[in-house]
Amino acid sequence: MPRVPEKLSYWMLVLPALAIMVIFYIVPVLGIWKIAVTEPVAGFGNFEKMAASSAVKTSFIITFRVAAVTTLGCLLLGYIVAYAISNYASRLTPLMVALVILPFWVSVLIRSFSWIVLLGRSGIVNDALRDAGLIDAPLKLMHNEFGVVIAMIHVMLPFAVLPMLTNMRGISGAYVQAARSLGAGEWYAFRNVYFPQTMPGVMSGALLVFVLSLGFYVTPALLGGGRVLMISEYITYQIQEFLNWGLGSALSVALLIATALVLLVAARFVNLRATLLDRK
Amino acid sequence: MTRSSFQIFFQTGAWMIIAFLVLPILVVIPISLTDTSYIGLPKETLSLQHYVNYFSDGDWLGATWTSIWVGLVVATCATVLGTAFAIGCWFLSDRAAMVARWVLITPILVPPVVQALGFYRFWVVLGLIDTHFGVILAHTLLALPYVSISVFASLTNLDRNIPRAARSLGASVLQTVRAVIVPAIKPGILSGFIFAFIVSFDEIVGVLFITVRRVETLPKMIWEGIQDNIDPTIAAVATLLVLLTLIATLFGALRRS
Repeated sequence: MPRVPEKLSYWMLVLPALAIMVIFYIVPVLGIWKIAVTEPVAGFGNFEKMAASSAVKTSFIITFRVAAVTTLGCLLLGYIVAYAISNYASRLTPLMVALVILPFWVSVLIRSFSWIVLLGRSGIVNDALRDAGLIDAPLKLMHNEFGVVIAMIHVMLPFAVLPMLTNMRGISGAYVQAARSLGAGEWYAFRNVYFPQTMPGVMSGALLVFVLSLGFYVTPALLGGGRVLMISEYITYQIQEFLNWGLGSALSVALLIATALVLLVAARFVNLRATLLDRK
Repeated sequence: MTRSSFQIFFQTGAWMIIAFLVLPILVVIPISLTDTSYIGLPKETLSLQHYVNYFSDGDWLGATWTSIWVGLVVATCATVLGTAFAIGCWFLSDRAAMVARWVLITPILVPPVVQALGFYRFWVVLGLIDTHFGVILAHTLLALPYVSISVFASLTNLDRNIPRAARSLGASVLQTVRAVIVPAIKPGILSGFIFAFIVSFDEIVGVLFITVRRVETLPKMIWEGIQDNIDPTIAAVATLLVLLTLIATLFGALRRS
């Protein structure tokens, strides 16, 4: 019986998925680059317009600021949760893990809706504060960066917790015990012995949250109310309101390059393969 | 044993943060029971009128059904393609396979709006705008990375000698995959399927770009509802989805503990 060469038959398994990914995903995304330099006229006019526009500059600054603050917030809060889960084993630990993962399964739209209900002008938080006599006029809790960042941290937090959890579970308790038995205080042992060992997890979490935040659309669009224009929303404005495909595509290319640069810089500090490809 | 300030900080801190994660999601429950016709807490009594509204509204039910069946088709396609892909890459385990795996996860890294623009322009050329097939194709591409990652994670725990034994006893590659490998990595395939379904069921940005009127999915109805910001029916839909998720999560946690 003639047999297909070994390697070829493995490639037959790989090819269908790879082919549709290249044809229907990679090609269309590369098509954006072409639009950016051909519409409305050929050349780099869109990029010149982009570089000259102060609105674009503001939007990029807002995008990076919101992504950075979200990342810091997620790392701080996520670290505490991951630490408690991996160091204080109890009957409640599985419940804690389940509750951390729970928001993952709830649509980002619904979570944003919840925050709108909570933070709106006559939302639950404002009503409660007014009924308690703490404020006279409603506080401005959304349609500004504050509301966007709160909701973004809520959406991104599980992405920060999970890599840190994987990392912390692999850390032996022996080092901290040794430090403690040599007379180090609890905080001292944590800072000088435990914390440095968790850096890989922290870096993975930071990278995931930052990259996902850079291109995030739904939450900033809903909580920002048009006042916190992150790049993704700016792009949809250009295209849906002004049908300006050239500038919209040029901005998309800029956003793609920014994301790629972040990944490239991160590759020096983070194991990209463990963070993205071999996620557990 | 008395607890030190260190332990108190981390333990109470962790529970407070978990409360921050979970409680905001639950606000949709009281809102959904409001007796008013606008979004707010119940004023005088609890009312189920918004649930009645959801279950008697053809648009909401139609969109729900579309999201479910599209999600199931997407999950099936992505699981078959992604599982074959991951198994092939695992067999090869060379540089080229590594590159292929990186190519397959690009949808995780490309910002949703950028890929939606790409889809839109290409789908116009292919005549797929506002068709169910167009949505299924786009969602399958977005779900493939998750299936591939989850199946590959299962494969790394599989002993390479097992398929080798099957092959040396005369089984073809396809027979080995079907009878030996797939049964051994079922958990990874199943979680890939669930991931793929959720990706499709929740996807909004792509759908906003590549559909117009003919294809209505649940996230699209919710998105439009939030923009109008008046009808509490969204809160009823959200509550149903949140409760489903909660039950599934607690069930999963109980089974594991």
